[in-house]
Amino acid sequence: MKYLYLVWRNLQRRRTRTIFTLLAILVCFVMFGFMSTLRNAFTMVNAAGVDRLMMTNKVSIIQPLPLGYMTKIEAVPGVVMATHSDWFGGVYQDPKNQFPQFPVDPEPWLKMYPEFHLPPDQLKAWETDRQGAVVGRETAERYGWKIGDRIPLQATIWQPKEGSWEFNIVGIYDAAPGKDRTQFWFRYDYFDEHRRDGTGMVGWYLIKIANPSDGPAMSNRMDELFANSSFETKTATESAMIQSWANQIGDIGQIIIYILIVVFFTILLIVGNTMAQSVRERTNELGALKALGFGDGLVLSLVLAESVTLSLIAGGIGLALAWIIVAQGDPTKGMLPMYAFPVNSVAIGLGLAVALGIGAGLPPALSAMRLRITDAMRRN
Amino acid sequence: MGTLKQIFTVTLLSLRTVPQRAGSSLVAVIGITGVVVVLVGVLSIAAGFQKTLTSTGAPDRALLMRNGATTEMVSGLTGESVDTIKQAPGIARPNQVALASPSMVVVVDVNKRSTGTPANVPVRGVDASALAVRPEVHIVQGRMMNFGTNEAIVGKAASAEFAGLDLGATLTSGHLTRQIVGIFEANGSLSETEIWTDVHGLQQVYQRGNTYQSVLVRLDSPASFEGFKAWLTTNPQLELQVQRESEYYAAQSQQLTMIVQVIGFGIATLMGFGATFGAILTMYTAVVSRTREIATLRAIGFGSFAVVVSVLAESLTLAAGGGVVGALIAYVGFNGFQAATMNWQSFSQVAFQFAVTPQLMALGLIFALTMGLIGGLPPAVRAALLPISSALREL
Repeated sequence: MKYLYLVWRNLQRRRTRTIFTLLAILVCFVMFGFMSTLRNAFTMVNAAGVDRLMMTNKVSIIQPLPLGYMTKIEAVPGVVMATHSDWFGGVYQDPKNQFPQFPVDPEPWLKMYPEFHLPPDQLKAWETDRQGAVVGRETAERYGWKIGDRIPLQATIWQPKEGSWEFNIVGIYDAAPGKDRTQFWFRYDYFDEHRRDGTGMVGWYLIKIANPSDGPAMSNRMDELFANSSFETKTATESAMIQSWANQIGDIGQIIIYILIVVFFTILLIVGNTMAQSVRERTNELGALKALGFGDGLVLSLVLAESVTLSLIAGGIGLALAWIIVAQGDPTKGMLPMYAFPVNSVAIGLGLAVALGIGAGLPPALSAMRLRITDAMRRN
Repeated sequence: MGTLKQIFTVTLLSLRTVPQRAGSSLVAVIGITGVVVVLVGVLSIAAGFQKTLTSTGAPDRALLMRNGATTEMVSGLTGESVDTIKQAPGIARPNQVALASPSMVVVVDVNKRSTGTPANVPVRGVDASALAVRPEVHIVQGRMMNFGTNEAIVGKAASAEFAGLDLGATLTSGHLTRQIVGIFEANGSLSETEIWTDVHGLQQVYQRGNTYQSVLVRLDSPASFEGFKAWLTTNPQLELQVQRESEYYAAQSQQLTMIVQVIGFGIATLMGFGATFGAILTMYTAVVSRTREIATLRAIGFGSFAVVVSVLAESLTLAAGGGVVGALIAYVGFNGFQAATMNWQSFSQVAFQFAVTPQLMALGLIFALTMGLIGGLPPAVRAALLPISSALREL
């Protein structure tokens, strides 16, 4: 610790250079934070519940399943509860205004997703209003909806029997950052009665199981239950289902990792070059230190400490900046509902900062360690 | 000595001394190369996707769906509407047969070859008019399917991307069983990601009766569109939405293109800052190591302006090098790269190729030069402001 002052003074030797090195590293960590966020948003890792299974039609998720499966599913041992949902796919005013809309059974739905919070009085209001709908905070804020508003949605898939689709906002749900707060829920009974086709069918089932580790086995049992029927099923844990959705988009996670590798490699070169330059300029001094009795190991550590300190300061500020930028909200305006700063990337980021500091500082530190006093003192 | 001549001489001098600073110059070049590769690479995804969708739409074709439907997948048209549509004026009618191809589209889960995970692959039911309306479609392997049988043909891209869609294989999904007898090409368009089979058989399997989802019509000329549309939309029995095919697909590509462009520019700009700081460091190092040389030049009468220009020229040269190398790496590495993604509008997979267009490469070069200019400016000013007497004394 007593050498910290020396390290600090060395960093201030050429202030301009230190500042620009710091900025280069800082930018690199802003990117790291931002791209970890994107990666999480695209792979939707936050959405899955460990104890939830999802059951869809085997042919494709767009094919329906009969409502009658519900009782059969709930009769399977190990099932805590089941509920269903469907994709409404409506449009609010303009085709650009899209957000996920699901016809659901209010109480079971909220039991299935304890991560979504709805005040009890709003749930009560929802249960008494057939055209009632509950909307996530982000979507409500985006369109300026308040409780009591009447919202028309244009159908794209489900044509109404007559008239149009209109809903009363009776509640606004909230959830922790990083959870989807853009959904719009309305009552399945109203949906089923008011739609022109598809009565008595649902889009998919959600099944809560008692023991999360039984997920794969339970999934197989469910699918056997409906094998050889007219509506065969495909059941999987929610995380497997989401993973396969993310894979449909493409391997975004992998692309992001490739980009980050390019970024870190570039910054490593820049910082390494600067450190080497700065050590070369100080050859005389390092010789003097050694002449005073500083050991080889100490000289090595001093140079390494300098680059690690620089890297940690820049990395810390960079991550904090990324956090602030991400907190400003989703740049695609609602297309990435899981857009939130992943807390674990702070730890990973700081680890990377140390690694970057060591990687950049090691070559000059080694050459500083190997300096012979006589050569160093003579070199001009 | 004229200013121009001064600039020329000093610039030449500084460029000639670049090899002495090879290490640090290379760092700046590599930094800028990295930014350009990432920028051009990411944007080539958007360009490729857009190209596939826009090459699908021909200006003399119109796509008809139910009013309010945003995509074929959610549309529905009765057989009677289709018969009425065929009476509309403006449709091309060689040999008195209206070129109107009704189709039904569903998606089935087929595993991606690359990941082994299921993907939504569109199956299009068509009748014998399909090829006359879409002359770009032609069989490249095997043969055309026979209508009224359990045969199917598969687009080239679908066959490449998804497991089991090979010539001679059998596709099974629920109650649908189809023998793949041919592979077709369609000028790189969206159809190449589709599986085609007889529409009447598909209607039966999915219990759809005599209903379709869309009709693609070939007009006798692009100019006939307005009259054609007016005739159909004024008929109260038809709840129709009539669009030029090109406009329909251009609109579909917007969302994904927008996301990729926002993210691509965001990443490249951030990374650009990092590389610019790298360039500043490099040029700053160059100026520091040449302090005595620059001071000497100034002492013998070279102006500060010439010195500024020479530093900027060096940094722009390095940046241009990085830009060109980056654009070339992006071209070699990404152009034509085959990928497939989800088209959220149609809820089905689209196979496309990354497209590194000349415009993107030019954009990369402009980006590189901007970084070089900004990176060279502070060190250039510093060089110009060096106090001559003390600088001459520097080591």
